[in-house]
Amino acid sequence: MKKIATGNKAVAEAVKQVSPDVIAAYPITPQTEVVEQIAEFVSGGELKSRYIAVESEHSAMAACIGASVTGARTFTATSSHGLLYMHEMTNWAAGARLPVVMANINRSLGPGWNIWAEHTDALQERDTGWLQVYVSTVQEAYDTTLMAFRIAEHNDVLLPVMVNLDGFLLSHIMQSLDTVEVGDFIPPLSLPHAIDVKNPAGYGGLTGPDQQFRFRWDIERSMRDSTRIIEETEKDFAIRFGRKYGFTENYQCEDAEVIIVAMGTLGKEAEVAVDLLRKENIKAGSMRLRWLRPFPRLDIKGKQVVVIDRDYSFGRGGILAMEIMAQTKEDLFSVIAGIGGQEVTFEDIADFVRQRKMGTEFWFGVASHV
Amino acid sequence: MDTIAEIPKTEYLLKCTSACAGCSDSLALRYVLKAAGPDTVLVVPACCTSVIQGIYPNTAFNIPVYNIAFGAAAACASGMSNAFRAAGKKTNVIVYAGDGGTLDIGIQAMSGAFERGTDFVYICYDNEAYGNTGMQRSGATPLGARTTTTPAGKTDFKKDIDAIIAAHDPPYMATAASAYPQDLFKKVQKALTFRGPSFIHVLAPCPPGWRFSTEKTVEMGKLAVKTGMWVLYEREYGNLTISAQSKAAMKKALPLEEYLAPQGRFKGIDPKTVEILRQRIAKNFAKLAAEEAGS
Repeated sequence: MKKIATGNKAVAEAVKQVSPDVIAAYPITPQTEVVEQIAEFVSGGELKSRYIAVESEHSAMAACIGASVTGARTFTATSSHGLLYMHEMTNWAAGARLPVVMANINRSLGPGWNIWAEHTDALQERDTGWLQVYVSTVQEAYDTTLMAFRIAEHNDVLLPVMVNLDGFLLSHIMQSLDTVEVGDFIPPLSLPHAIDVKNPAGYGGLTGPDQQFRFRWDIERSMRDSTRIIEETEKDFAIRFGRKYGFTENYQCEDAEVIIVAMGTLGKEAEVAVDLLRKENIKAGSMRLRWLRPFPRLDIKGKQVVVIDRDYSFGRGGILAMEIMAQTKEDLFSVIAGIGGQEVTFEDIADFVRQRKMGTEFWFGVASHV
Repeated sequence: MDTIAEIPKTEYLLKCTSACAGCSDSLALRYVLKAAGPDTVLVVPACCTSVIQGIYPNTAFNIPVYNIAFGAAAACASGMSNAFRAAGKKTNVIVYAGDGGTLDIGIQAMSGAFERGTDFVYICYDNEAYGNTGMQRSGATPLGARTTTTPAGKTDFKKDIDAIIAAHDPPYMATAASAYPQDLFKKVQKALTFRGPSFIHVLAPCPPGWRFSTEKTVEMGKLAVKTGMWVLYEREYGNLTISAQSKAAMKKALPLEEYLAPQGRFKGIDPKTVEILRQRIAKNFAKLAAEEAGS
């Protein structure tokens, strides 16, 4: 069914379609519309989930954990400080192998109080054992949220999935949305380690130095397996519903000499920059990274790569740039742009490419190359 | 139920826990689980009970136990209870948390869960300090008690968590002590009959932490009640009933020194501090008696 929706509403529509058993959430700008819309669906009877209006994000994730371990399907949404506040519990959800799905509306971190887009919030969760995907359109937010449940709940994965949307730039942007009937695309959840009072077990108790690493390795093994499950899920989604995504969305990359790598809405803006650059006979392409965890092998051999980071790791560099450096010997041009919602247009992105100095870092708006 | 012989023989707390000798946390838990029966899940935040289960892959608990981070027990139980009820299951969800995980780091999640009417029983076993980490002061440590972070004796009063819980107006709340297992058993059974949140605050004397010899665990709990340092009661829909043991203490209490003297944590306590404790006992007795009279 065709409609017009914001990124936030698209997520709520997907949640309605999937119908989690328990949703626990706490409001934070710019995520609020997700939970308001879900609360409205629940109160109107369109969505049969139990909605727990918890008193904090820490409790939101703890409640999802408590519900999930009974075998229930769970969902939450947050942003920025909310995500950081639940950090202890995001580790717990992954460590406990619970397929919680969360929408995170990417937002900068204080101080100062800045409610605009930045990826540093989600990237500070990078090492928790969550799968992370970054989307760029309203339709993609909807489709990816649907797929997130199937991937998280697959018994070869059983890890939580975080779907990331840029604050305001996507969460509050209206675009067309084609909703679907998921049918058996998402099978019922069957959690192999669900609590069973007839077969009592201890969960997450004392674990010694002779055992802990086994559980950590098991997370990594499933994270590796998740690549296959993501591919299968995206393929089945394309067959059933006609929309195809992948680990990266590549635009004019085949013959490109220089490739722009970015996540979220910047990655979409980069496609317009590519069109502009191609008119100037600069052989540019765009590789928008969707899945950050598991991190895919990027097809960038022999290309110049311009990485745009809407995030930063102080004392080291752009986080996406570091991720790419870890798998290539090629020099990168690392651009730090869009921090705290800083405006970045396709013309700016074209400029980054035109003025690239490989092997250096450039902070957009700060007039020096490092 | 008047005698211990009437309590079910089934054990859910098996032998070989890794509890300290004379541990009253596990003593109380044994009766909590007997009262709750097999259709029960225990949610345990970081506390002594996380330790006494034993080390993976072994567990001494014969019911499902979900261990969760320190400040998150009530929130976790909230999700669990909602999920069970959504699935049409009546499974008891019981939080079994220490005083630190209740009065201090867990208070926000607990307050939220009570305000939302979560269908669960929250049991705080109170050994009046962070026992698991080696006896640091908590909000539950009484005035004058020495802990590893109050080496000269605590200069602040014990936080009145029961008043805070009462302000949430739960259908049922009670105090109990591991030294009175029949009373505890009955209160847990009663708590489980209410829909919505119930709270039971159990005094759990700790031999290594309070520094008394291990065979005195039960005696210490009884002395707490007989001197009035701990009062047993229950509140049903706001109506207070003081339990028989504390009624007796209110008529004639034992001298406070009989409770303080055997405990190393009160060694060398200033007589002025003892007097303040005595006055607070009298004040608490008067307050509860007045409330019961008005109930």
